Amino acid sequence: MAERIKGSIYLQLFVAFFRVGIFTIGGGYAMLPMLRKEVVEKHGWATDEEMLDYFAIGQSTPGIIAINTSTFIGFKKGGIIGGLFSTLGMVTPSWIIIISIAKFFEAFSENPYVANAFTGIRVVVVVLILNAVIRMGKKSLKNWLHVLIFIGAFVLIAFKLIPAFLVVVISGTLGIVVSVLKEGAKE
Amino acid sequence: MIVEYIKLFFIFFKVGLFTIGGGLAAIPLLQEEVLLREWLTNQQFADMIAVSESTPGPIGVNIATYVGYSQFGILGSIVATIGLVAPSIIIIMLVARYVLHYRDNKYVNGVFYGLRPAVTGIILAAAASIALVSLVDLSVYNGIEDFFKVFNIKEIIMFLVFLYASNKWKHHPIFYIVIAGVIGIFVF
Repeated sequence: MAERIKGSIYLQLFVAFFRVGIFTIGGGYAMLPMLRKEVVEKHGWATDEEMLDYFAIGQSTPGIIAINTSTFIGFKKGGIIGGLFSTLGMVTPSWIIIISIAKFFEAFSENPYVANAFTGIRVVVVVLILNAVIRMGKKSLKNWLHVLIFIGAFVLIAFKLIPAFLVVVISGTLGIVVSVLKEGAKE
Repeated sequence: MIVEYIKLFFIFFKVGLFTIGGGLAAIPLLQEEVLLREWLTNQQFADMIAVSESTPGPIGVNIATYVGYSQFGILGSIVATIGLVAPSIIIIMLVARYVLHYRDNKYVNGVFYGLRPAVTGIILAAAASIALVSLVDLSVYNGIEDFFKVFNIKEIIMFLVFLYASNKWKHHPIFYIVIAGVIGIFVF
């Protein structure tokens, strides 16, 4: 019985990340709304707060964020095999699609229907990321310090002042300092 | 022949290892490797990025698959992709083991206390950068009298409609992406 449940979690991970992979258009951040829907809402594999943690880890460790985040969630739910299945699910759509269009590559990108469809999709990707940010923000922004870090990180990245992994390092250090100070104040 | 595949694997392993912060960060590294080996010309590489950005999947994975396929066929595409994701898998599993084990440690919690709002801000910045190429077109700006031409009116209307609809009816994101693609074909 335990074997069968294990078997199905691997399949669930593969299918969930396959779906995320198919509909991730335009880079790692575009996958966030889909990932949140599958991982937080549909399967309950992680909370919103944990998703932000995994994204932070994915952002500041070597490798592509999408792969890092999916490996992390897969590993959490199904150990090493779970991590492998998630990653496999994430890369399989890319692989199938690229192989099938590789022969008429330039024709694909210059096709007006394809280009127009993607113009529309990009607009909605902004909407979907915005919705995800609002939902996660409700849980991650609990006091004025959080709001300050949030605005600071947004400005630093939006105006390309420093690379994202530095923002992660700085805010993580700030988090430790504040927690230790709070602890000290309590005693 | 086997040696060629092992080489291919390690080229992409190296790219995966030194990419920090998303697929776009992998582009300069990939460019260097691909041009150095004369696998693609600069123009071919630029076209490939355009396609990778507009096909589903992480950009880095798309590029690795294409380069592997163009040089060594189907097997090449698999080897290149595995090479790219291998460092992620190894490193994340080591990190995940540690983080999940020390979840209740006050320092680990402290790190995430500061990280969560920062990552929320970083993600919002990503949305803003897509909005900047999607909702406005800064290339037409050449003076203050052209101010309103900068805004892509159709895109902005579509943005507002979908913002409203997606909050009123909470369908799966896939639903809105498919609808937006279809609308895009007819509207733009």
